[in-house]
Amino acid sequence: MSIQILMPALSPTMTEGKLSKWVKKEGDAVKAGQVIAEIETDKATMEVEAVDEGVIGKILVPEGTEGVAVNTPIAVLLEEGEDAAEVSSAAPVEVASSPCSMPAPSQISCPPQAAPPSHAPVQTAVDIDEEKFFKNVQTMTVREALRDAMAEEMRRDGDVFVMGEEVAEYQGAYKVTQGLLQEFGDKRIIDTPITEYGFAGLGVGAAFAGLKPIVEFMTFNFAMQAIDHIVNSAAKTLYMAGGQLGCPIVFRGPNGPASRVGAQHSQCYASWYGHVPGLKVIAPWSGADAKGLLKAAIRDPNPVVCLENEIMYGQSFDVPTDPEFVIPLGRAKIERAGTDVTITAFSRMVGVALAAAEKLAEEGISAEVINLRTIRPLDVETIANSVRKTNRLVSVEEGWHFAGMGAELAAQMMEVCFDDLDAPVVRVYGADVPMPYAANLEKLAMPHEEDIITAAKKVAYAA
Amino acid sequence: MAKPTSPAGKAKLQTVTAASNVATPEQMLQFYKDMLLIRRFEEKAGQLYGMGLIGGFCHLYIGQEAVVTGVQSVLEPKDSVITAYRDHGHMLACGMDPKGVMAELTGRSGGYSKGKGGSMHMFSREKNFYGGHGIVGATAPLGIGLAFAHKYRGDGGITTAYYGDGAANQGQIYESYNMASLWKLPIIFIIENNKYGMGTSQKRHAAGDFLKRAEGFGIPGEKTDGMDVLAVRSAALKVAEHVRSGKGPMVLEVSTYRYRGHSMSDPGKYRSKEEVEDMREHHDPIEHIRKAILDGGKMTEDAFKPIDKEIKTIVNDAAEFAQASPEPDPSELWTDVLL
Repeated sequence: MSIQILMPALSPTMTEGKLSKWVKKEGDAVKAGQVIAEIETDKATMEVEAVDEGVIGKILVPEGTEGVAVNTPIAVLLEEGEDAAEVSSAAPVEVASSPCSMPAPSQISCPPQAAPPSHAPVQTAVDIDEEKFFKNVQTMTVREALRDAMAEEMRRDGDVFVMGEEVAEYQGAYKVTQGLLQEFGDKRIIDTPITEYGFAGLGVGAAFAGLKPIVEFMTFNFAMQAIDHIVNSAAKTLYMAGGQLGCPIVFRGPNGPASRVGAQHSQCYASWYGHVPGLKVIAPWSGADAKGLLKAAIRDPNPVVCLENEIMYGQSFDVPTDPEFVIPLGRAKIERAGTDVTITAFSRMVGVALAAAEKLAEEGISAEVINLRTIRPLDVETIANSVRKTNRLVSVEEGWHFAGMGAELAAQMMEVCFDDLDAPVVRVYGADVPMPYAANLEKLAMPHEEDIITAAKKVAYAA
Repeated sequence: MAKPTSPAGKAKLQTVTAASNVATPEQMLQFYKDMLLIRRFEEKAGQLYGMGLIGGFCHLYIGQEAVVTGVQSVLEPKDSVITAYRDHGHMLACGMDPKGVMAELTGRSGGYSKGKGGSMHMFSREKNFYGGHGIVGATAPLGIGLAFAHKYRGDGGITTAYYGDGAANQGQIYESYNMASLWKLPIIFIIENNKYGMGTSQKRHAAGDFLKRAEGFGIPGEKTDGMDVLAVRSAALKVAEHVRSGKGPMVLEVSTYRYRGHSMSDPGKYRSKEEVEDMREHHDPIEHIRKAILDGGKMTEDAFKPIDKEIKTIVNDAAEFAQASPEPDPSELWTDVLL
């Protein structure tokens, strides 16, 4: 049977083109892969190759023809034993002057705005009775809580291992991995070279193969070198693989400003990673948060970014001793109940917000403080329920405000409980500058208790 | 339905004594079939692209078939494979179903990723094929991660991580060399050197010699002719033996040539027609093995005809399946983001 050679699309955007030259003539034999014609596309002059073997029986579009629509028959190819006369009555040529009929399959049936379940984030998390776990506690630092979380999960699951710079022999650049090498050995506690891009990718590859790496970044500032693997390799692969290939990995380390370490070591990445579908992002504040959230992250089959805080590492809290104290991801915690204003915060700022709430109470303003705990998926439900009660929201973060967590919270509240708001959402955030080194300037750049108090009074019209 | 019989990807390792005798006549015929399948598959993909049935980027493997066919012929089923975006040939060589691959190219629900990955993003847990990655150079660290898992589990498996001469200039390749060598990870880094990083020739993009770069990390290397599947197999046997024995990584640089453009919209102005024509006419890997088989005297010209027809049928069936398979259901937009 003869084969129609169609005008090909030779770029992602081509709809029509000029048939500039026939390299083969009627009667010429062609093999698969041989150039038969030249075509001018919207981008360049390209060669058209034969896909099938045969003899050019008839040329339907003469060379020099402009505006030939994609998929127009341009020639007829005869297979062995066929005769050109049999195809002389081939369909007449249509030269398109209007956009072609190139199929654009999925555009119409499913526009990008089609009912995203954005206000119903996956809430598969089962709430736990935290109070019950707090019957048996031990006082420990956040640093120790993180270490215990890793140690417990490593005892539980042989596929869990820790890798990063100085995690083993040095005992952790911030001593978070102290003692792990002694218990688990160098097969599972692995010192890496200073090579974030490389070892982040290694971790992702190992997770593809089913291991459960905990990749420590000395700080998340250095993870900028590895963000390609966190986003492009870890977060997107499950989707790109149609659900075949998960990536059970935890990326953890200190995030946000520490103290006097300057611009390149003082950035908050909550909104950066929070932006990415396919990632979960947690930001523990207390020792219990640190232990319960990190354990949940290690058990989670998805890539989880755990944003810790260097200043919090040395602070002590009561931490449940039960190894099954695992905090569900995707749930915020009301740290202090109140009626007049909702204050959301995460990581170190939770403590600052609680201190502010204390002062506000002295002035007769009852603040409800919500510890976000998980940045993504954000527990919009808990926050919205609080706002429905207080009708006011102050968002606190150490990072920059532009496209930051506060911006997201303000938008979410407008979308889900606009009518409940009695005042515009107010954001408390770090100054929109690279972090300065000078002590006085650094202080000016960071959000403080007083800023939260001022913001709370503003939304409560009590200023 | 029609699938390539016993794909080379998981052919059992043969004991061989000399480079001149690296494959049995049966294996040589299998290599011919495997390479022809890739060639015909890619030609068909190019055709479907021309018809607007495949969109976006589509990087064809035509000309390079001997590389993956030769390397995969020495692997065992437990070994892992990872490659970059010129990946259709690797999938077929790993024994993945041409229908599922072609349907992914057309963005249909019958594709390996349900149509959500596309040309550059397909995976098969069953075949230990880990993609299909669009970020140039990423296969090296991801590959050492797969190799790390083999070593961690002590399962005796090795990883082949493919990348091109262009990717060989990415920093993450060298971060990976360093860790692979330090920790003696069971990985073969395969540089598919087709002489051009997109449209920039090797002499304009790469200083020095690729294998010397690896030497600096204490990683031994081998070079081989990627237009000759038997030469590739011979080199791969040697390299795989080294890596599997626990001596650490090796680099295999395979000199090859891509007949088509970098992607479908490549006008090919950076190299001469004569150069491409010379490779096609005088160095074609499929013609090469065909001639070797004929010279062996066990097959006649006529005996190839049913094989060629069989391959054509497989590819046509794949193309039909890829057009008949429905688009993914709109609800698929929201699935597979998280587990």
